[in-house]
Amino acid sequence: MDVLSLSALDLSLAAILVVLLAITSFRMGLGLEKRMVISGVRMTVQLLLIGVVLKFLFANASFPLVLFLSSCMLLIAGYEVLARQKRKLRGATGYFISTGSMVVSSFTVTFLALTVMVGVDPWYTPQYAIPLLGMLLGNTMNGVSLASDRLTTEMYNQRGMVEQRLLLGHTWQEASGDIRRDCMRTGMIPTINSMAAAGVVSLPGMMTGQILGGSSPLDAVKYQILIMFLIAAGTGFGVLTAIWLISRRLFDDRQRLVLDCLGSPGKS
Amino acid sequence: MNGLSLVNLSFLKNGPYSLTIEAGECIGLIGRSGVGKTQLLRAVADVIAHDGDCVLNGTSYLSVSPPEWRSMVAMVPAESFWWYDTVGSHFDSEMERYDSMELLETLGFSSDVMNWQISRLSTGERQRLALVRTLITGPKVLLLDEPTASLDKKMVDVVEQLLADICFLRRTMCIWVSHDIEQLSRVAARVFRVEKGGFTEETC
Repeated sequence: MDVLSLSALDLSLAAILVVLLAITSFRMGLGLEKRMVISGVRMTVQLLLIGVVLKFLFANASFPLVLFLSSCMLLIAGYEVLARQKRKLRGATGYFISTGSMVVSSFTVTFLALTVMVGVDPWYTPQYAIPLLGMLLGNTMNGVSLASDRLTTEMYNQRGMVEQRLLLGHTWQEASGDIRRDCMRTGMIPTINSMAAAGVVSLPGMMTGQILGGSSPLDAVKYQILIMFLIAAGTGFGVLTAIWLISRRLFDDRQRLVLDCLGSPGKS
Repeated sequence: MNGLSLVNLSFLKNGPYSLTIEAGECIGLIGRSGVGKTQLLRAVADVIAHDGDCVLNGTSYLSVSPPEWRSMVAMVPAESFWWYDTVGSHFDSEMERYDSMELLETLGFSSDVMNWQISRLSTGERQRLALVRTLITGPKVLLLDEPTASLDKKMVDVVEQLLADICFLRRTMCIWVSHDIEQLSRVAARVFRVEKGGFTEETC
């Protein structure tokens, strides 16, 4: 079955729903209308743009082009992780850490999936590589940013407790262990919950898209299962990496808590 | 050499501070608010960055691991922090809980104190329990930041006597920060006024 093409009018009708929501937000004084409209416009422009880019990329599949687009996506994801933190690490370190954990969480897992599980030839075939990487980046970015934000905020708020434990002769790992474990859970639980609810409470986006695109439901389900496992693993390892790297940065070589490296809320 | 030496210790814009404390000696530090008394204790405990050296019984702080140094040179901050629900959970082992019973009794606690909820403790109870929590680890040096600030007169006397006994019996060294010069003249062999640029010895 060929997919039914959507017209500009169809998309405009859907957009009107968001406009109605923005008007309601304005009338109720929620203050979300501006952000809602900007995000809606951003989403439309970005997706249309990536549509054009993907069309070009699919027609001219080459490793350098795929690598270039993947790197752009990674760098933006690293920035987004940092942008969502209340207390960021000062300077370039925070960016390197968030980008580094996205490499671990998304790049390596996508590479493994393409070469071992999907087994497409060549492995960088953009029809597979870009959507897989995009889904992984989008999902793991949430986990990594949630965990990182919580870690820097909690270490700041609970600095007295952490230092008290250091004063009692605890190592930095012991002194910050409860906070770090809590942050890891914060980063991973949304992914674990979405795995548990998949197919019962929600029909995941990728599977829905494939079914709408004409794939057999069973093929779509298999890809969705693969993606869910990859996202869970990617998010988990990404969160572990980010928490470890940020924690190391928050303690110096004499295991002292160093909070000078954190910016004030809202500043970098 | 037995004792603790601070050798040109400086941090932020304070110092250099130099001082030698003999085994079993208690010295007092006094100074106006904000001059850096607490920061000085934190520098000796090595929880803030500093220059200069701290040498305990001939061993520099740099030649032992930070947790080991902080176990030997233990600070009891003015405000204590707790992270589990009950008092007993903050003691590392059953042995520690058992060993601390005598100290706890001396400081006026009943035998069921280990089951007490932290959220129900008064400021004074927290201060006394924080002292026990540190003493039970057997440090060689105690860094005390206003250890009796939240206690009544009777309990101040008990804590002063307890710490004097510990210094005498265990040869523990003590740096005692207080705003009360009369208290320092009771508990300390020598009292120093902390200034931004160093110490001046007080005559009590």
